[in-house]
Amino acid sequence: MIRFEGATKTFPDGTVAVGGLDLLAATGSITVLVGPSGCGKTTSLRMVNRMIEPTGGRIMIDDRDTASMDAAQLRRGIGYVIQHAGLFPHRTIVDNIATVPRLLGWDRSTTRNRALELIERVGLPASFAGRYPHQLSGGQQQRVGVARALAADPPVMLMDEPFSAVDPVVREQLQEEFLRLQSELGKTILFVTHDIDEAVKLGDQVAVLRVGGVLAQVADPATLLRDPVDDFVADFAGRDRGYRGLGFRPAPSLTPRSEPAVTLGTSPEEVRRSGNAWVLVVDDDRRPLGWVEPARVTEPVATDRLHRGGTVARLDGSSRAILDAALSSPSGRGVVVDDDGCLLGTVTSAEVVAALQSPPGPDSSGQP
Amino acid sequence: MTWILDHLDDIGYYTLQHAWLAALPLLLGLLLATPLGWAARRYRGLYTPVVAGTGLLYTIPSLALFILMPLILGTQILDPVNVVVAMTIYTVALLTRTVADGLGAVPDSVIASATAMGLGPVRRLFTVELPLAVPVIAAGLRVAAVSNVSIVSVAALIGVPQLGSLFTDGFYRDFLDPIVAGLVACVVLALLFDLVIVVLARLLTPWLRTGGAP
Repeated sequence: MIRFEGATKTFPDGTVAVGGLDLLAATGSITVLVGPSGCGKTTSLRMVNRMIEPTGGRIMIDDRDTASMDAAQLRRGIGYVIQHAGLFPHRTIVDNIATVPRLLGWDRSTTRNRALELIERVGLPASFAGRYPHQLSGGQQQRVGVARALAADPPVMLMDEPFSAVDPVVREQLQEEFLRLQSELGKTILFVTHDIDEAVKLGDQVAVLRVGGVLAQVADPATLLRDPVDDFVADFAGRDRGYRGLGFRPAPSLTPRSEPAVTLGTSPEEVRRSGNAWVLVVDDDRRPLGWVEPARVTEPVATDRLHRGGTVARLDGSSRAILDAALSSPSGRGVVVDDDGCLLGTVTSAEVVAALQSPPGPDSSGQP
Repeated sequence: MTWILDHLDDIGYYTLQHAWLAALPLLLGLLLATPLGWAARRYRGLYTPVVAGTGLLYTIPSLALFILMPLILGTQILDPVNVVVAMTIYTVALLTRTVADGLGAVPDSVIASATAMGLGPVRRLFTVELPLAVPVIAAGLRVAAVSNVSIVSVAALIGVPQLGSLFTDGFYRDFLDPIVAGLVACVVLALLFDLVIVVLARLLTPWLRTGGAP
């Protein structure tokens, strides 16, 4: 647990970077600090491991005042991941990861084994161990950065915009894997980002900061999107809050309509039989592949004729996913699949919206 | 030519003298310039005075510095210590900026992550910053090495024997052979110093000789 008690940082020129921050980051969960530039989020983060010393208030880790601890000792017990990873260019991947264990005096073989284990844990091939950072892509370097922070198994992790400098596709992958890793490890994580989408995606709790390091709102992501406390938070949470908020709402209970489907290689006559404007194509295991327009089919259905724009949802997914499946489908019928990815049927956006408007069920996170 | 063959012993002796009079100050200068360069980088206000101040030392004419040394140090005029100290001053003049800029070229994210992992300032300097500054420092060292080999020869005028003595000898006797021999030996020595520094720098920077991202 990390607890900010009136933590303040005033720089010598009188600038107040953080003005009396009170915040509790619960053990085993991800707390995201988010806000515009100049809101003191990085300063707040760096006060935890005392790379920046607070000028007022206290920061406690598990009820120990960080100010009373030796700075180097404190830091060795806190994992730290930054933008661009900050790997040591002159050390191999395995040596980079081994940095903190070595400082802590672990023996050679334990250290090496731990580093090799972490390389695989963050999804990199073992053959990367002897490479230097510049031989890796940005995304791979960032994985090593995470592995290095985890090396000595610290209970607390600080992450400062770790995924901001990689391209969107890689960022999404890293975010997914970060969540998977966290579900296995259960670290107490303080995570800084300027991206509200990343904040609501990753955070168990999101703290929105105003310029000057003043807390505007702390809430779980769904509450933040549904019930911003003031205009600043509402503006910052951005457009499409209602739609994005559906991502935190379980899909309403719906019974998918059965959908006639054809397989690849079906003849044009067969495809036209249903009389629908769009026909769903599935593979031999009934996994959806895409849609075809019977009117344009002149020869047996082949993969290059498929319209692949529609997304696919599951009944136990989010409301957002199931509504998106309906909205993105060229036929207006959203494809719903089971856990194995096999076709269950389709739903229309009208059905989804109607179900969303009915009174929230017991498992909805709605509040009066 | 026969003069050179007859005096190989002398030329060898002068070359060895010349080598250590140039090399020892190079090492001492590096040892002094490292903390100076570090301080110039560490304390923002010190950068300009330290770098400009040490740089100015290089403008002192070498003959004047050689002659002043015994007065300042209280040594004998023929004492080779005078030459070593004077050459060390020149080396510091050249290397302080190099060290400061080499340390300054270490990426901030690397410094930040080193600090965040609990490396103290001293450990960080020796295990992260200096190793990463090696290419820049080596480049400065090569300049300083050639400069030292060249300037040391002036010490012949205050009577400290090294390859410069061949120049004065040739000059007084209006005789070309010793001058040519001294020049060739100086060039060979400078190339040798350069080679040693390049090889050392390569050995110290294995990460620079690996291919890029796959």
